Amino acid sequence: MKLELLINQKNYELEAAPDEMLADALRRLGMLSIRKGCDTSCCGLCTVWVEGNPVLSCTMPAFRAQGKTVTTIEGIQPEAEKFARILAAEGSEQCGFCSPGFIMTVIAMKNELKNPSEQAIQHYLAGNLCRCTGYMGQMRAIKTYLGGEVQ
Amino acid sequence: MFTIDKLYQPQNIAEAAELLTKYPDITVLGGCGFLKLGNRKIATALDLSLCSLAEISETEQYIELGAMVTLRDVEVNPALNQFFDAVLPKAVAHILGVQFRRCATIGASVYSKYGFSDILPALLALDTEVELLRSGRMPLVDFLAKPISRDVLISVRIIKDSRRAAYQNLRNAGADFPILNAAVSRYEKQWTVIVGARPARAEIAVQASQLLSDMATDSIDIDKVAATAAAELTFGSNNKASADYRRAMCQVLVKRAIGEVLA
Amino acid sequence: MKWVGKSVSKIDGVAIATGKPLYTEDLTVPGTLVVKLLRSPHAFARITAIDTVAAKALTGVECVLTHQDVPQVRYSNAGQSFPEPSPYDRLILDPIVRYVGDEVAIVAAVDEKTALAALDLIKVEYEIFEPVLALSSAIDHPSVVHPETDLHCNFPIGLEQQRNIASSHTVEIGDLAAELALCDVVVEESYKTQAQAQAMMETFRSFTYLDQSGRLVVISSTQIPFHVRRQLARALQIPATRIRVIKPRIGGGFGAKQTGVCEVYPAIVTLKTGKPAKVVYERKETFIASNSRHATEFKVRMGASRDGIIRVVDIVGLSDTGAYGEHAPTVFAVIGDKTMPLYNKTKAIRYQGHAVYTNKLPGGALRGYGATQGTFVQESTVNKLAATLGMDPTELRLKNLIRETETSLYYKGKKLGSSSLHRCIETGKSMIGWDAKFPRIEQGNKVRGVGMAVTMQGSGIANIDTASAEIRLNDDGFYTVLVGSTDMGTGSDTILLQMAADVLAADMDQFIIHAADTDVSPFDPGSYASSTTYVTGMAVKKAAEELRDKILEQAASVLQVPAEQLQLDGEQCIDQASGKTVSVASIAAAAVVGPDHRQLSAYATFGSPVSPPPFVAGFAEVEVDTETGKVTLLDFVAVVDCGTVINPALARVQTEGGIVQGIGMALYEEVQYDKKGNLQSNSFMTYKIPGRGDVGTVRVAFEESYEPTGPFGAKSVGEVVINTPAPAIVAAIYNAVGVQITDLPVTPEKIFLGMQAQKQA
Repeated sequence: MKLELLINQKNYELEAAPDEMLADALRRLGMLSIRKGCDTSCCGLCTVWVEGNPVLSCTMPAFRAQGKTVTTIEGIQPEAEKFARILAAEGSEQCGFCSPGFIMTVIAMKNELKNPSEQAIQHYLAGNLCRCTGYMGQMRAIKTYLGGEVQ
Repeated sequence: MFTIDKLYQPQNIAEAAELLTKYPDITVLGGCGFLKLGNRKIATALDLSLCSLAEISETEQYIELGAMVTLRDVEVNPALNQFFDAVLPKAVAHILGVQFRRCATIGASVYSKYGFSDILPALLALDTEVELLRSGRMPLVDFLAKPISRDVLISVRIIKDSRRAAYQNLRNAGADFPILNAAVSRYEKQWTVIVGARPARAEIAVQASQLLSDMATDSIDIDKVAATAAAELTFGSNNKASADYRRAMCQVLVKRAIGEVLA
Repeated sequence: MKWVGKSVSKIDGVAIATGKPLYTEDLTVPGTLVVKLLRSPHAFARITAIDTVAAKALTGVECVLTHQDVPQVRYSNAGQSFPEPSPYDRLILDPIVRYVGDEVAIVAAVDEKTALAALDLIKVEYEIFEPVLALSSAIDHPSVVHPETDLHCNFPIGLEQQRNIASSHTVEIGDLAAELALCDVVVEESYKTQAQAQAMMETFRSFTYLDQSGRLVVISSTQIPFHVRRQLARALQIPATRIRVIKPRIGGGFGAKQTGVCEVYPAIVTLKTGKPAKVVYERKETFIASNSRHATEFKVRMGASRDGIIRVVDIVGLSDTGAYGEHAPTVFAVIGDKTMPLYNKTKAIRYQGHAVYTNKLPGGALRGYGATQGTFVQESTVNKLAATLGMDPTELRLKNLIRETETSLYYKGKKLGSSSLHRCIETGKSMIGWDAKFPRIEQGNKVRGVGMAVTMQGSGIANIDTASAEIRLNDDGFYTVLVGSTDMGTGSDTILLQMAADVLAADMDQFIIHAADTDVSPFDPGSYASSTTYVTGMAVKKAAEELRDKILEQAASVLQVPAEQLQLDGEQCIDQASGKTVSVASIAAAAVVGPDHRQLSAYATFGSPVSPPPFVAGFAEVEVDTETGKVTLLDFVAVVDCGTVINPALARVQTEGGIVQGIGMALYEEVQYDKKGNLQSNSFMTYKIPGRGDVGTVRVAFEESYEPTGPFGAKSVGEVVINTPAPAIVAAIYNAVGVQITDLPVTPEKIFLGMQAQKQA
């Protein structure tokens, strides 16, 4: 089927099978930050925004994004880099494989929640697994990024 | 990896109904989270995302959730957070992360009648009806009891009343399925006690509910109610826990949920 | 200029975090064939017939291979230096399948959908055998997991094929029975540890193609490029000169990628078709058909005098190496090697047992590599001894643990070069608030308890791990560091540069590092066995020192002064006497122009006769819900002795990450098989690695020691950090509610049942 997607503020027309997931379509279009870590909708690696909301691109069929705006980390590089520098100062990107999905969720959280508590941050990010860091450094980085307003 | 040969995206419910008649074996797509786990070869699939079913609407009498409303919508909806002690948002909040809940739909969650469901106990604690394309509107409890196939869930309607409700669950890891869960509600003098993930599907503990409803508010014997629920329901063993453990935990969760409603 | 000891951000950090295409799959090219593997549905069977006609006929299928199409030479996938201790018990495809998930056929097609469709079209007939599924009954089971006659060992490892024994091991020093008889107290306990999954976020994957000279290029997410080259040469029966292995950025390894799990499949497809090919494992394949920590069952006896001096430690048991023997003898040995030296007041010790074959997922390397299992069983027994003696477990340890410059029965006279473990315990006690909290604080139906454990590991493999490094001064005056170690997110590339920059007194941005490519890199076994900081680090330091001396010699000849008078400040060589200078840049430029010049470079190799142990004292505070048995980990404190801390931020996050993996092993990561040998915990839905809400607070402190044999006094940190959570948490639970968990993981139900049993008793 023919789809029209606005990805990272650029129009894309693509031919997608009805069983193609958004993650696969995005990788096919060159958004190589999209990674699959679990195949069971558990890990959050493939997180992108559809209409500004974080979704699992591995779980959303591509056709459901028809006519919608899709944002991957390639589309918000300056902001992603700003947070990535803080994350790297903590050493908490480690292998980096989960970082794009994690950063997409962190920035979505920043857009959605005002002055979140540590508990609210943990809850918002509960769908982003990381096997390297043990999460503590990620939290330190988020607190720095949010400007020290976290309780 | 599942495959879909042909996808239909009706523009409204009437078109969906026609497709359902034309293709009796058509597979209705929900949030696709579980669908993609299998190797299903789907000849025809039905996607309802163009049928305007993604809204949560509110009237004087009820709150209505279209089938394509996501669990994240449920979690953050003001009305659902205002009524029933926010039992429904609290129950869905346990399910993986925001990005999963933004994909998973209420329609598929209810229609699939999953045993491990966090949503069903909470919905059963409320005055909930479901509307199906073919079978029409019916109380959720009837829907769960009936073997319904080849139908499409269109919406879930929750009557707005002054009900108090609580949801309790026992999980090991936070993002795991529940080992057991329970919901309790009180509407005027009527109490309802529900236990789910036994691992069988959530069910109302009828005797326990009746016993509790018959007790005077100032002399509620919580332990007795909890023991009654544990005695009347069946429990099974699976990879997560044994039947005996679940039965014991049933008492704990029911007790805690009642306590929460009374608090 | 001083870089060692600074929290420098990883040089690749921002690029990988922001999603740049730097990992294996990102580097594939259009037209790359997709490789999929047909896997055995049976735990133990012989393939009697296999029909690939329909699969081959499917449009888009380029290649279908069965055991009839591959070399029949046995090899090992274990990433170990030659001659590998692991048995050569594997074929690329074998007519006998030994576990559910074992490879039956290789399919390559133009896309994933076609490859998967082709798998469905392959018809296989099996003669099904009774599988060996229980560790305890594997030895002398009627079924023999490896009946083949061509299984090969490079040297004796105590393998007894007909008995399902992959390896045997005994260390016995002193008179066990006599010393036990002299002990006032003897405690005994049996333990089981599970086959934990590494669960790195990037699953196994490799991409292969033929280069301009027809050589096989393998880009792979691996920890062991040189070992993979050697393995492939043997498995594919082609010379190693025909193979090049490149390691790009890796999405985690944790030891999983110390085994050559997937490289051979696209490699053989590329050799057969001449086309680029890739394999990307699904998460389920990564769970069921790769490798895991070796599950173990041990019985421990520990004897002590009434005043708490540990006289005897006796550990006897089995490890489950599954269907293949990768890392079987070495993991089994490490269980004793990295635990028994800790308590050095002993008069008699024994460590004995076997790694056994079963029809399950093969064992392999996982961070800790046996020390994790050893720490759990030994430390749990020490905690039990403390309870039996009525002693504070921290006091018991302070009395018994080995100190710097001391030896131990296990060390046979060798002396411990560095340790701050006693300080680690004191610091940890104070951080967790031990004296106020031990053993428990009750608050209604919630009880809090604290528990602790200590551990050691190694730094590289003594007398085996040997790494080389080359540093070049380039024509523009900057440096290239070439190493073969494999940064898998740890930051080893960064800390190696910190070391080089310190020696050459230069800014870090004057350095580039290249790793790893077997065509270019100096030999390195790879990043495992906690070796990179210590072994490769020392090689880099030595190379940097040699290059510094060469630069100064060159400067001396330019300035016409003795080299001893010169100092290097990074950009300039300065004559201390006259103040005259010559720039490194001008020396670099001159070195590459005209006759009689030579580009300045240095090459150094390092291997160590010792493997200095880093130490950790770990402290857990838990809260147990006495009505449900549910444990909430509130706080974990890890105090680490890794010698000199080269990069505090990276060492801290390594520690936090290792602790959380240990927490997973303790509380969440349950491995479940069904009766037919299907691994049921085969996804992140059914095998729960900890999420961010599951781990409480993890706090880390360092108590530096100075390791005389290490670079800048450093030891390792990568593995040791995973070992203490399980015994510390189990002890905290015991201290809270009196329930002793001896089989991992802890579950609410086990604790609940334990409490029920107490009530009845």
